[in-house]
Amino acid sequence: MAAHVDALYFFLVALTAFFTLLISGVVVYFAVKYRRKENDEAGTPIHGAIWLEATWTIIPLVIVLFIFWWSASLFFQMARPPAQTLDVYVVGKQWMWKFQHPDGRAEVNELHVPVGVNVKLTMTSQDVIHDVYVPAFRVKADVLPGRYTHLWFKATQPGRYRLFCAEYCGTNHSGMVGWVVVQERAEYQAWLTGGTGQGTMAQNGEKLFNELACITCHKTDTTGRGPTLIGLYSKTVTLDDGNTVTADDAYIRESITNPRAKMVSGFAPLMPTFQGLVSEEGLLQLMEYVKSLKAVPSNATGVAAEGPATETPGAATPAAAPTKPAIPVKK
Amino acid sequence: MDTAAAPHSNYLHDGYTLKSWLLTRDHKRIGLLYLFGVTAFFVLGSFFAALIRIELLTPAGDLVESDTYNRLFTMHGVIMVFFFLIPAIPAVLGNFLLPIMIGAKDMAFPRINLLSWYVYVIGGTFTLTALVMGGVDTGWTFYTPYSSAFSQSNVALVVVGIFINGFSSILTGLNFIVTVHKMRAPGLTWFRLPLFVWAHYATALIFVLGTPVIAITLVMVGAERLLHLGIFDPKLGGDPVLFQHLFWFYSHPAVYIMILPAMGVMSELIAAFSRKAIFGYQFVAFSSLAIAAVGFLVWGHHMFVSGQSVFAAMAFSLLSYLVAIPSAIKVFNWTATLYKGSISFDSPMLYAFGFMGLFLIGGLTGLFLAALAVDVHVTDTYFVVAHFHYIMVGGAIMMYLGGLHYWWPKIFGKMYNEAWAKVAAVTIFVGFNLTFFPQFIVGYLGMPRRYHAYPPEFQIWNIMSTAGASLLAVGYAMPTVYLLYSLVKGNPAPDNPWGATGLEWKTSSPPPTHNFETPPVVNEPPYNYAK
Repeated sequence: MAAHVDALYFFLVALTAFFTLLISGVVVYFAVKYRRKENDEAGTPIHGAIWLEATWTIIPLVIVLFIFWWSASLFFQMARPPAQTLDVYVVGKQWMWKFQHPDGRAEVNELHVPVGVNVKLTMTSQDVIHDVYVPAFRVKADVLPGRYTHLWFKATQPGRYRLFCAEYCGTNHSGMVGWVVVQERAEYQAWLTGGTGQGTMAQNGEKLFNELACITCHKTDTTGRGPTLIGLYSKTVTLDDGNTVTADDAYIRESITNPRAKMVSGFAPLMPTFQGLVSEEGLLQLMEYVKSLKAVPSNATGVAAEGPATETPGAATPAAAPTKPAIPVKK
Repeated sequence: MDTAAAPHSNYLHDGYTLKSWLLTRDHKRIGLLYLFGVTAFFVLGSFFAALIRIELLTPAGDLVESDTYNRLFTMHGVIMVFFFLIPAIPAVLGNFLLPIMIGAKDMAFPRINLLSWYVYVIGGTFTLTALVMGGVDTGWTFYTPYSSAFSQSNVALVVVGIFINGFSSILTGLNFIVTVHKMRAPGLTWFRLPLFVWAHYATALIFVLGTPVIAITLVMVGAERLLHLGIFDPKLGGDPVLFQHLFWFYSHPAVYIMILPAMGVMSELIAAFSRKAIFGYQFVAFSSLAIAAVGFLVWGHHMFVSGQSVFAAMAFSLLSYLVAIPSAIKVFNWTATLYKGSISFDSPMLYAFGFMGLFLIGGLTGLFLAALAVDVHVTDTYFVVAHFHYIMVGGAIMMYLGGLHYWWPKIFGKMYNEAWAKVAAVTIFVGFNLTFFPQFIVGYLGMPRRYHAYPPEFQIWNIMSTAGASLLAVGYAMPTVYLLYSLVKGNPAPDNPWGATGLEWKTSSPPPTHNFETPPVVNEPPYNYAK
């Protein structure tokens, strides 16, 4: 993709050079040829020519429309991640980058990726607006607090590439830099498994899910006070105002931090906000956990395996969860 | 001052006390009050730029602390944009010339005109107070939630200063619009107006329509900062990107506030020093209005990487390309005006040639930034810094200086040293290019803007840039010296030293208090050199 961007870039350089030299050349030629020879000399009265105006309106118009078409179609490809991607989660905070790989490894100011693989970053900020910028890949995207943005790239050469924060974010903005480390696949695999056994993101998310007592309401079956999360990810959800929404990253995040923004049809607005109670990393782990809750293998992972056995529905909840007992509303 | 050569009474002799200046309602004196104000702010803003360039000589952040550096570039931007570039041409040259060019005695609202200067001074005082108290570190763009919830600096005070200053723009714009509509001399139809007037009319529309938006936006930043109203901070339920939409809705047209008057000056210079009617007068006039109108619809091109939708980005990209067309039309018409002209190389014309080159590069590199896929790479890098300095400094300041040289004999009745003026114009042109051209390259190589410290591979380009800035500083210092010197020792200026058309050259130098001894009547087209 970088090569495609550069092709357009150098086309524009050539265009700029051409018009700058052309017009400067004409200006210099006229200035010399028609320099004032007599002090009281006046220029020849010429007031304009409509065919010239039309020419130098239409030709630039055609050129800019061509550039627009070229750049917009390229941008369209850049903006859409391919179907198969290796996902990495990014949290920006003053003044560091945290990268989490779904299977557990987390790193700071370094991002390891395999060569030749489409990598998709899902990014959010814990405080102000940041921006992930990897000049060598010609990619850049703002990292916003309170929402997820995405960026994808495919590295074609192993090596170390600079990563910058490109959106001014305060005191140590110019220190919020790091490296993208592109490795051969085998090397990358070795690196990935060399972690300290912190567990995958989904496992950590499950731990949080229990600690925060989400599990008391979001059960594996439909008996919970909240909707079940099994098989939820990327499904269409019907809301109580009749609208529908796709259960994507943004929806899940919002449902945790601001549950009343979009109420699922058939459920009472009982859930308290977890804004400020869960870190951005924690939210991403919860999201990975929700993604891992596939509908088919009911005993594979997650909710059914533990939790409910040790708790009585409706009993006093653990300290971390401010949920009040409530009456389930049937669907 | 020896004024024996000017036997008639002029506006400079209409009272010598401080009070006669500070309570004047004469648009010419108000223009000079602004000249004093914007020059002071320009010197201050340049001082910050000098410190920035010295810091960037080395990759390590070793001259000042990060916090200090962040304040330097913020104060440089705030002062240069809001207190120098926006008022420079309209409030100094526009104030002085607009009524004379249309054959009027003064502005439509002389008291409001004076008020606008006081509003400017009060706004500036707030900003300077914030500076003395430690400055502000948000960048001139005040992006939220950094500005509204995180910055520890004097955001509120600066925001109030800019808010107040905005009313100065609004009042000036109002005055220009009413003056052009109601006070033109008999026979001075719209299509006989100098293009300087057309450009200022278009600028005035932006002043009046755009400035209230930045004012209310900054009020919202202040309200969120002080009262914790949730508008932009997501923690309070706000939307940080909303701020960018509101900010750029004004601040992109603000670029046209800077460049349209510069284009107006350019049209005057090209015609005067070619002794020829401007080629395609109506196209040049209407392209100003087209730029003002379409310029309100392109703000989203500052936000291609901000997470706005792909389709919004495409719409803004397309509109940005369309706004390039009227600028291109102007450039072609200026070039064609030279054809079969009687071209002289007086110092104002050197600035005009310089403007042509710099505006070409500034405008054409705008095509890179409107190109979505390329913008992703170069936005927020030094490429953008170079691009907007080519427009704002290469465009607006070149024409501010060109205009100042062109009308200096009229304003003060004195001739400056032409040889020094030529040397200065060339020095500024060379220094400017050496400062900012390397920044295109280092931006393409990936150096982000607003970086206190940077990777060592970018150093060579920064050294070139700092070297150029030194030359540029010398170039800017020169006019300060020889122009001031001309006030004391300069030869008296004739009424029309350039042999130019336009009503301002038909009155004496400097003009009498009411501009004309007898109210002019216009019975010829503009730029009527071939009599």
